[in-house]
Amino acid sequence: MKPTIQELEKTASQIRRDIVRMVHACQSGHPGGSLGCTDYFTALYFSVMNHDPKFNMDAVGEDIFFLSNGHISPVFYSTLAHAGYFEKAELATFRKLNTRLQGHPTTHEHLPGIRIASGSLGQGLSVAIGAALTKKLNGDKSLVFTLHGDGELQEGQIWEAAMFAPHNKVDNLISTIDVNGQQIDGPTNLVLSLGDLHAKWKAFGWDVLEMKGNDMADVVKTLELAKSRTGQGKPIMILMHTEMGYGVDFMVGSHKWHGVAPNDEQLQLALGQLEETLGDY
Amino acid sequence: MKKYTYTDKKDTRSGFGAGLLEAGRKNDQVVALCADLIGSLKMNDFIKEFPERFVQVGIAEANMMGIAAGMTIGGKIPFTGTFANFSTGRVYDQIRQSIAYSNKNVKICASHAGLTLGEDGATHQILEDIGLMKMLPGMTVINTCDYNQTKAATLAIAEYEGPVYLRFGRPVVPIFTDPDQKFEIGKAWMVNEGADVSIFATGHLVWQAILAGEILAEEGIDAEIINIHTIKPLDAEAVLKSVAKTGCVVTAEEHNRLGGLGDSIAQVLAVHNPTPQEYVAVNDSFGESGTPEQLMTKYGLDAEHIVLAAKKVMKRKQNAVISI
Repeated sequence: MKPTIQELEKTASQIRRDIVRMVHACQSGHPGGSLGCTDYFTALYFSVMNHDPKFNMDAVGEDIFFLSNGHISPVFYSTLAHAGYFEKAELATFRKLNTRLQGHPTTHEHLPGIRIASGSLGQGLSVAIGAALTKKLNGDKSLVFTLHGDGELQEGQIWEAAMFAPHNKVDNLISTIDVNGQQIDGPTNLVLSLGDLHAKWKAFGWDVLEMKGNDMADVVKTLELAKSRTGQGKPIMILMHTEMGYGVDFMVGSHKWHGVAPNDEQLQLALGQLEETLGDY
Repeated sequence: MKKYTYTDKKDTRSGFGAGLLEAGRKNDQVVALCADLIGSLKMNDFIKEFPERFVQVGIAEANMMGIAAGMTIGGKIPFTGTFANFSTGRVYDQIRQSIAYSNKNVKICASHAGLTLGEDGATHQILEDIGLMKMLPGMTVINTCDYNQTKAATLAIAEYEGPVYLRFGRPVVPIFTDPDQKFEIGKAWMVNEGADVSIFATGHLVWQAILAGEILAEEGIDAEIINIHTIKPLDAEAVLKSVAKTGCVVTAEEHNRLGGLGDSIAQVLAVHNPTPQEYVAVNDSFGESGTPEQLMTKYGLDAEHIVLAAKKVMKRKQNAVISI
């Protein structure tokens, strides 16, 4: 049985606690985007996707998720741990020497749940398209999901992939862009404007949806809507409007927390705003 | 000197095309991708027989590498095809992260490598690709010498699990290897046993090495000629065994002398058996327009230059012995 919205929100709260604790423990990593995308990850892994934590690289008969903006690895790792891919205690090793939880996700350390290395931006959409093509060739009806940062859209390869997928009717693919309007050097509008993203993706031939990424009910509803629109000849793009740092008031909406770890005092302040629902790792 | 003759000449890329078709027939997991160069890569026969297993990516090589990486998830064995320049330098980070670091079973198949691409000039004549690819951990690097060897190598890499860079070329060259050969990845091929100098050659330079061996034989020099088709993993045992006998080395390749076969061999020798070595390679420069033959002569990549290098390195060996 699928969890209720309230149950999903409780899981998300714990994942947010994990994120700030992980980043604090190694004094590095990317809390801002991780917190902003927590509701999406929670909805995906605990409600929307059909997946098996007894990890198999080839994912035959199950949905696949690819994280293209690999720097938000803390939310990915915490989600995978809570979903049962590996022990939650391993989250404490994040970014530390000899860890499977590398700064950016990798298959190199054989961490269950990771199917491609990411971090160097712009590559995940192509990879996801490849996996989606293989599913079609194999007669596998399951789906492929991807997540991208909005700043990541400045990479040219994204637009190569954007052109390819509709031309080839890759309609078993549900991509999402985390539209938080922030990147390392500042607001995307100042660094390099993304323009009208809805119109751009539509013009490329995608079925474009929008959702409120920090509203669990809307995230679940929109992802389910996206699923219902697969198999109709078009890849699906969801523009997910989030706030970077969502859940921690002093981190919200600022690019300053893109890649900065909280100090001891800030950690306590943040944890005070995030309910411990499933027990800290 | 063992006699090598040929009755037919073909381009190595056609060997790839034939190998790809056969690999496709043998294993239905083999798929092919191309970035708007189907004819140049000789992929037509595969596409005709397996249209559903071919992906036309358009002029978007970065996307092609990512799609190939993704297609391995679920068991496909993707062969990407484009020119060597666009197969490597243009997409280095895509290969590095999505294929090599992610250990994906992608076969990067690259035609028009080196100077013998000819008239198109330096923009397309990559001479750095072997170096780029061999520096990637886990990447196998192969450079074939004729039609038959390229076909055999294409079949062999389809059966091998892991990322591979397969380098071949455009010009029509003699077919002198066994049509029924079994290609062994990482195993050097003894072309001619000799005692005076070891000539290690790869790609189009193997035939030139044979011609050089004949010239040297006429002058009483007994050259050992070994084809290193697999630059990585290098058959270090074959290199050391040969050098223990001859005491001097010539390496020959259609590549920049920096980062190519010569450097791989020099590294083995420096550690295990320091030996005089001469490079027949492009001397850290770009290419230019011209016919393949004109370019190979101008840049010193022919039998004549191998002969000169052999004599030079033999003299260095003798001087080294005298000084001791």
